[in-house]
Amino acid sequence: MSAPANNATSAATIAAAIADTRAIAAQAEMVTVRKGLPWWRLLARDPLALCAAVWLVLMLLCMLAGPEWLGKAATDINLRARNLPPGSTEKGWIMFLGSDALGRSMLARLVVASRNTLTVAFTAVVVAMLLGGVLGLIAGYIGRGVGNLIMRLSDVVQSFPSLLLAVVVLYMLEPRVANLIIVLAVTRIPSYLRVTRAQVLEIRERGFVDAARAMGGSSTHILWRHVVPIVAPTLLTILTVDFAIVMLAESGLSFLGIGIQPPEITWGLMVAQGRNYLTQAWWLAFFPGLAIMITTLSANLLSNWLRLVTDPVQRWRLEAPKTAVKTNA
Amino acid sequence: MPDAGAPLLEVNDLRVEFRSGREIVRAVNGATFSVRRGETAAVLGESGSGKSVTAAAIMRLLASPPAHITGGSIRFNGIDVLGTPMSEWRQRCGRELGMVFQDALASLNPVFSVGWQVAEPFRAHGILDTRAALERAEALLGRVGIPEPHARARDYPHQFSGGMRQRVMIAMAIALDPSLLIADEPTTALDVTVQAQIMDLLLDLQRERHMAMVLITHDLGVVAEVADHVAVMYGGRVVESGRVRDVLSRPAHPYTLALLESVPRADLDQQQLNPIVGSPPDMATLPVGCSFHPRCRRASEQCRASSPPGVEVAPGHHAECFHAQAVFDGR
Repeated sequence: MSAPANNATSAATIAAAIADTRAIAAQAEMVTVRKGLPWWRLLARDPLALCAAVWLVLMLLCMLAGPEWLGKAATDINLRARNLPPGSTEKGWIMFLGSDALGRSMLARLVVASRNTLTVAFTAVVVAMLLGGVLGLIAGYIGRGVGNLIMRLSDVVQSFPSLLLAVVVLYMLEPRVANLIIVLAVTRIPSYLRVTRAQVLEIRERGFVDAARAMGGSSTHILWRHVVPIVAPTLLTILTVDFAIVMLAESGLSFLGIGIQPPEITWGLMVAQGRNYLTQAWWLAFFPGLAIMITTLSANLLSNWLRLVTDPVQRWRLEAPKTAVKTNA
Repeated sequence: MPDAGAPLLEVNDLRVEFRSGREIVRAVNGATFSVRRGETAAVLGESGSGKSVTAAAIMRLLASPPAHITGGSIRFNGIDVLGTPMSEWRQRCGRELGMVFQDALASLNPVFSVGWQVAEPFRAHGILDTRAALERAEALLGRVGIPEPHARARDYPHQFSGGMRQRVMIAMAIALDPSLLIADEPTTALDVTVQAQIMDLLLDLQRERHMAMVLITHDLGVVAEVADHVAVMYGGRVVESGRVRDVLSRPAHPYTLALLESVPRADLDQQQLNPIVGSPPDMATLPVGCSFHPRCRRASEQCRASSPPGVEVAPGHHAECFHAQAVFDGR
């Protein structure tokens, strides 16, 4: 697993998101009249984001309908077509991406595995974001006793190697999907918690929070109406980065045999199983790995686009006429 | 109901400290002034004189720690402000008191449209639903002089100029028709022509809605033009107070006198300005005796030893100085 590299990217993305929030305040005398384009027109203007969206929609369809549609093809053993290389449709289009050591279609298995992979990763990061976000809001806004307690608990979770924690918990409990999600979510909570707390500490000193108080806003009103909308884009950015980390963590756990158990499959498990055949049949590990990479990349690209669209100060970058962008470049 | 003659806001000997580590900064050490319904009181002082802290203390915006209100009282509309539970006080904020801040860009949330923000008071107090609140917000934006309010309501704070932003701030503050408006240096961040427009707008609204106004400012010209009463602050104390005409035409405190003399005038052929020598006091280590004595031309032994008493040089005209009568008489 490439944990250090992922941490580096996530740190950079988070820093960029925070810098953007600051830039909002720094923009002083920019007066423009905005026409306001619908979101789908803005998506069409950004080809990379469009590709990412198309891929993610495709993945969503696979996730929803895949197992019902190709479930049989994914489990049908065909010993005459063992380790079939990709690129030929001799045995039908279903074998286009080759077959595994038992002659099962790679394509079908990839599609079927998308449900487990995406459900685990998505649920885990969303749960982590919600819990981490709420705890971070409390720690940042209330502070003192409760805040310190929350921060020390987060220290405990962080100081424990997440993989070790997962191994212990999953060894003691059953390695079921629900337990896997819980373990992965708990280990991801601290990053959301810390970022949220840091941002809340800064935002609560800003002028508009005082203005909201002077106008009679209660603490909950200020938190939900003024603090959360500013923290949310940052959290969403971490979420997409975390999505990749969690997918890799899940494959690591599956690799160790305490994650998803066969015959259930995930992309991570497919990579793990393909490792044994790496010299004879590279496609067994390559395609699921590629699927992980493209999906996380798409999530990142789309979240970048989303951040631009939801940021009133940055939105013009997408709305500006194409020709103007070209002359600048 | 309190009678019409009683002041709407009464600040009496207010004291505010900021404690950080071992250092104690006494930002306000005895601020006394009052405002009647429909009147304007100016709190005049240079930076660091405690005027903005006083305003924040009235709205109860000071975070504690580090700020501690160590003495004095604030009465608004007959109730004891500092003794009211915070949740109850927040109910009154917005409805009965509004506040305009100095830096409108920082005081508006960058991620919401201005229409949304002007509509916020209605929704925060549960007065109107979203749609009705937005309609009222557009009407308010029109009232404060924003052209095409319907279209502009959807724009964001960064798309407005400084003056227009301050108009949005004002629209937010007067949304619920408060009886008192606290304006904390509302025109400081603006250029001079816009300053005049904003002051005119504030005065218009004040007359139209019969609001009282506390105007925090360091601008003598603004005070002379718009205020009924003035309280001059120095070193966290109100050192002179009274009707604007009385105080500015015949000051009784050496500081007020020095302020008036330091104003650059275009109509006189001045070779040089007359600044007040020295710098404002460090609020953590205020001088013993009168806090103005290190910069005062009239400082005597008495001034260095003990704090001067309040003197009423004329009816309603107070000054805290041993030499008040002499200054008042022009000696």
